[in-house]
Amino acid sequence: MNHASSSTPQTLAQKLIARAANRTHVAVGDVVTCQVDLAMFHDSSGPRRLKPMLEELGANIWDPSKVVLVLDHYVPAQDSDAQRIVQITRDTAREWRLPHVIDSEGICHVVLPERGHLRPGMLCVGGDSHSPTGGAFGSYMFGIGATEMLGVLVTGEIWVQVPRTLRMRWEGKLSPGVCAKDMMLHMIAKFGMNGGQYQAVEFAGEAVMALNMQERMTLSNMSAEMGAQAGLIAADDTTCAYLRSVGVGEDDLENAHQWHTDAGATCEDVLFDATHLSPQVAAPHSPANTRSVGEYGEVKLDVAYIGACTGAKLEDLRAAAQVLRGHQVAQGVRLLVAPASARDQAQAEREGVMQVLREAGAQVLPNSCGACAGYGATFEEGVTVISSTARNFKGRMGPASVQVYLASPWTVAASALRGRISDVREQL
Amino acid sequence: MTASRVWKFGADVDTDVLAPGTYMKNGIEVIAQHCLEALRPDFATAIQVGDVLVAGHNFGIGSSREQAAGALVHLGVRAVIAPSFSGLFFRNAFNLGLLLLTCPEAEQLNEAELIQLVPAGVQRADGTLLPCQPIPDFLMDMVHAGGLMNVLKQRSQGTRHV
Repeated sequence: MNHASSSTPQTLAQKLIARAANRTHVAVGDVVTCQVDLAMFHDSSGPRRLKPMLEELGANIWDPSKVVLVLDHYVPAQDSDAQRIVQITRDTAREWRLPHVIDSEGICHVVLPERGHLRPGMLCVGGDSHSPTGGAFGSYMFGIGATEMLGVLVTGEIWVQVPRTLRMRWEGKLSPGVCAKDMMLHMIAKFGMNGGQYQAVEFAGEAVMALNMQERMTLSNMSAEMGAQAGLIAADDTTCAYLRSVGVGEDDLENAHQWHTDAGATCEDVLFDATHLSPQVAAPHSPANTRSVGEYGEVKLDVAYIGACTGAKLEDLRAAAQVLRGHQVAQGVRLLVAPASARDQAQAEREGVMQVLREAGAQVLPNSCGACAGYGATFEEGVTVISSTARNFKGRMGPASVQVYLASPWTVAASALRGRISDVREQL
Repeated sequence: MTASRVWKFGADVDTDVLAPGTYMKNGIEVIAQHCLEALRPDFATAIQVGDVLVAGHNFGIGSSREQAAGALVHLGVRAVIAPSFSGLFFRNAFNLGLLLLTCPEAEQLNEAELIQLVPAGVQRADGTLLPCQPIPDFLMDMVHAGGLMNVLKQRSQGTRHV
């Protein structure tokens, strides 16, 4: 039971869950039923799994206007199995009359905010483990499996155990060429792949609040790699400005600034220094296997991959272009770029960013999960890859012999130029 | 209660080895045949219905793909016993009716050992007990029902009769 008085300070996580559970307060450890404001799923976790179950139950979707379906995992279809899955997804979208379907225009976690679907104060679920990305917008968003998604579709509700909050406070100012991805790899190295213990992680401090929205999304995105349920960032002027730019109305933003952790709320605070952070690289086969770039000796590379919701948003493409402008990738290195969304790619075209990447030798791939999910085209036997994606598990992006190093788009670009893992700060 | 045979794994068993991405376009019967093959090529063919998995910390880290738990259910795995689980995998497992036991001392158990699952935890052949964290009633109900689908079915039938 929750005996907190109305003046008890609460964390952002508690406030978001309390709102969704129709309560004034919730206490850490409470198991509560929340009303879901938005349910997102994609072509892999979505209709091909949900439709047979929904039919077996003879049930209907509680509120199709709160559902967003994104085709991003199996597009463009590489074979007949993928074609079948894509077809089922499109047919079902029509049959269910889903008003929000985003087909082959980018990766779910990037297109969702880009279309104004996420707003501070919401409680959202996604049929994908990187769903905590939504936390960058001051909403409580987490990933669930297909069966639990079915439960949401039928009832509009989900249970949540109110989490503790682990608050990562980043003070200082990042150096040029050091970014959110480096912050995140550093935190994962410190806490481990499950160090978040399925609690809420909140990113705070001047270095976090100085980040633009897409960089904040990178932090929230990789909360998944820390094993947190949600990766939250308080809503501020930067949040509101972004949301206005994607068409969110003033009514929805009126109370946006209330979505922060109250002064005096109980958090486990961890302090970090942004000023002295160096570029970080995770060695095979775990994101937790991270060290500073300078600690790597001669690691020769075959492929440099800029892709995924984690590492190929407009900001990531801009970062890579800043390094690659006027240069060519090293001989023997393949640079692959899969922009995370069609809109981000179009903007990058307008800015000349895509041209810089192509002139450096990049091969541009479709706006989908691509090699990161390991579902379609993957890397060949024995290659060494540096990648701006989120996971380097053995066998995820190709055969078990593939060696994947994770780094920021800055570091991936810098390493592509030299053909080995390199410190981008030497090239800026 | 029948005894269960232990299949032992290390720490950080991820969803990509439980349900490899290459087979994700297939149904659960195909995915299950490749479950854990990167760690033990013989696993899917050798495991018997009613056996249990014992693993180190962080079992099930990675993706939200519930086929990672579904493959184990398909193969007849009775429970997974580990000191800690990925929270997302934890939800998925119970939603599919798979029992997960959080057992701080799980790593004491040996490969091929025969154990009994008792209400307080894991009982070894010599009678010693390895305690497990209690599981909330609503999650145990899900295991007994065989997963969330069956709970939803019961609920919809229940409302029809009211």
